[in-house]
Amino acid sequence: MQPVLEGGGAIDLPLQQRVVAALRAYLPADAVLFEAEQTRPYECDGLTLYRQLPMIVALPATEADVREILRIASALGVPVVPRGAGTGLSGGALPHAAGILLSLAKLNRVLALDPEARTARVEPGVRNLAISQAAEPFGLYYAPDPSSQVACTIGGNVAENSGGVHCLKYGLTVNNVLAVRGYTVLGEPVEFGSAALDGPGLDLLSLIVGSEGTLIVVTEVLVRLVPKPVLARCIMASFAAVDAAGDAVAAVIAAGIIPAGLEMMDQAATRMVEPFVKAGYDLEAAAILLCESDGTVDEVAEEIERMSAVLRAHGATRLAVSANEAERLRFWAGRKNAFPAAGRVSPDYYCMDGTIPRHQLGRVLSAIRDMELKYNLRCPNVFHAGDGNLHPLILFDANDADSVARADAFGVEILELSIAVGGTVTGEHGVGVEKINQLCLQFDEVTRAAFINIRLAFDPTQRLNPGKAIPTLHRCAEYGRAHVHHGAVAFPELERF
Amino acid sequence: MPTTPQHLTELAHLVDQVHTAAAKRQPLTIRAGGTKDFYGNKFHDNTAVAERLDPGSYSGVIAYQPTELVITARAGTPLREIETLIAAQGQMLGFEPPHFGVGATFGGCIAAGLAGPRRAGMGPAAGATRDFMLGARVLNGTGQVQQFGGTVMKNVAGYDVSRLFAGSMGTLGVLLEASVKLVPRPVTEDTRRLACDEVHARALLSRWARASIAMSASCWSEGKLVVRLSGAYAAVTHGIAVVGGEGLSRAEATVFWSAVREQTVDFFAQSLPLWRVSVPATAESLALGAPELQEWGGALRWVATPLPAATVRARAAALGGHATLFRNNPGGVAAFTPLSQTQQSLESRVRAAFDPLGIFNAGRVHANAAC
Repeated sequence: MQPVLEGGGAIDLPLQQRVVAALRAYLPADAVLFEAEQTRPYECDGLTLYRQLPMIVALPATEADVREILRIASALGVPVVPRGAGTGLSGGALPHAAGILLSLAKLNRVLALDPEARTARVEPGVRNLAISQAAEPFGLYYAPDPSSQVACTIGGNVAENSGGVHCLKYGLTVNNVLAVRGYTVLGEPVEFGSAALDGPGLDLLSLIVGSEGTLIVVTEVLVRLVPKPVLARCIMASFAAVDAAGDAVAAVIAAGIIPAGLEMMDQAATRMVEPFVKAGYDLEAAAILLCESDGTVDEVAEEIERMSAVLRAHGATRLAVSANEAERLRFWAGRKNAFPAAGRVSPDYYCMDGTIPRHQLGRVLSAIRDMELKYNLRCPNVFHAGDGNLHPLILFDANDADSVARADAFGVEILELSIAVGGTVTGEHGVGVEKINQLCLQFDEVTRAAFINIRLAFDPTQRLNPGKAIPTLHRCAEYGRAHVHHGAVAFPELERF
Repeated sequence: MPTTPQHLTELAHLVDQVHTAAAKRQPLTIRAGGTKDFYGNKFHDNTAVAERLDPGSYSGVIAYQPTELVITARAGTPLREIETLIAAQGQMLGFEPPHFGVGATFGGCIAAGLAGPRRAGMGPAAGATRDFMLGARVLNGTGQVQQFGGTVMKNVAGYDVSRLFAGSMGTLGVLLEASVKLVPRPVTEDTRRLACDEVHARALLSRWARASIAMSASCWSEGKLVVRLSGAYAAVTHGIAVVGGEGLSRAEATVFWSAVREQTVDFFAQSLPLWRVSVPATAESLALGAPELQEWGGALRWVATPLPAATVRARAAALGGHATLFRNNPGGVAAFTPLSQTQQSLESRVRAAFDPLGIFNAGRVHANAAC
């Protein structure tokens, strides 16, 4: 069921030599890698299920280098795959066998930081956390905080429209980026958005954010910074049933509270992470909620009290409020380390990213429990409960072909269920190569045609990250034929809007 | 809130009209309540030939579950109907869109993309129209119905086209239905007024923003700065202590912010060309020799002046921003700051992806757009 990959296969050595020669005429030798031992580290991103050696890895150090590489690639008709830190979870930076992998890691300068305007202008290779560190002396930070924030870059965040545990209150990348500049596939300079709000013309910045490197190559990002809250405190609430925890989430929202973070972990997840992080989770609870408040001291006290009352009224069996910063960080450590913990208890894990309407939480979690039996694989659940973004972690063994096949089928069933209940196959990890087939189910043909036309508007050559993010009509036709159990139309009974 | 046969008939009419227009290359002007006719370029070249497409009767809320913080409604739904419905559940639109008349519709407010006083407020309950867009169902220029995004808070499947429709001024297609994220109404609010000059006002607003003061709106004009504080009791109480000034009564505050949002304060009762100048909030004074009304912490500066467009635009550009001729166009002046050639051609190609024949609202945004 895994997608047949575009851009896979063996490397055309004469073509490789021609492109290397053209690039080396402009770039230093150590900025153009092509020997397998040098390109091997780039063969996959955070989704290690898919691997492909790139024909060439180019390592530009400046914006001018990027432009020149794009022009050379255009002259030779070679595909270009942009890459940040390679932490993506959907194979968005999977190399192309006949293409240049454009690593933007060396463009890692914070170009300007304006504390008065609360903005930072940074190159795409700057790490997410490094922006907050640069802003720290001014009492500011960059709000979106994907779990990989120590390593992931802002360029990758823009490509994926990354979220994080605090995006319920502070928004996604798209809500925190004011402008980007970069180059089209032909090497023409472009800029979208500005430090001034609501510019003239179409808001093309909204298309660029989350476009997975298929529209332009970003070389500079202007981000919005926000003041660091004086205080943050986190409630850990235990529930005797997963459904009760789901209802409590809805109740917090209904009470008019937008917590700084609202996360759920089921018992399988808390039991998986506790031995490693010693977060102090209630291991007897069927599910726990982490519910955070930030702001001034008085504000936090007021909100913690309101949230506690709601959680208690909705069946919380135990509440613990972080007494200090160390304890708060410990509460979060378990949640933020859920993926690595899965890697320790199982040879491999497969992280899903469906997002569903909050009121469907109980139904979907119970269906996932049935799937665990059906596929005979364990699947702990951690998720951004506040915004309905699930991260079921399917545990499997990559050395066992049958286990891989079951994990794959399990994942597909979760994604299809997410669509069926009115959600989406990806809330924040992106489509990449991983979910490209499921897009055929989520969107009808005329809508997919619009995506293709947008892509062509930016990249008529279709050389920028080909085979990612947006399926071709042909791919969907093939997938439709293979995917017979739903017939021609997926879930026709559902009015999805 | 089910779909009735009448809704299907209305939708079929709209689809038919676009099909027919496309076959004849007949330009269409999308217009429901007509409350924002003044905004953008006049439909000059096409006024005589353009036919009106009115999505106004494609109306009604489709889905609203308060705990999901989302409403999905048809484009023709009166904006006030939506605001009344969600207010009863303690919720609101975070972009506080201006109505500019009783006929304002949900679709029109999204297509215009204008945000009100809350645009540059602190925290999650504030932002631009696009920040709250979750999904859209649209009718493209070849009469096809396309559905982008959805109703969930986070969705990165496919390009984020529903946000692109916010502020697109009907140049991409007919917005049929939209899902927008809602925010809870603040626990409490308080409005403060203090005397200060323009430069001092901006310095204060910047300092308060950095100090996380719970500001949800600001308005400076004629030596008076008015600030609205919104949030938890503790946050607003703290804000009052820091901001100081005199407090407006709840009734006065409601009237004041409504007047700013709807542009019924005296400042806007001028017949001179009214410019909407958007610059970084910390940019120095426009100094165009005309009175100003400033919102959004200083990022939005309204100025009524007979100065040539080139002068106003050059000044805005020098400050890192742009200027839109919002009202009282003396004629012949492009409403929006022209784009660079690269951006313009990219925009044209993106428009063509939706409206390949160029039949929708031609000229409304860029006077030279082909039809």
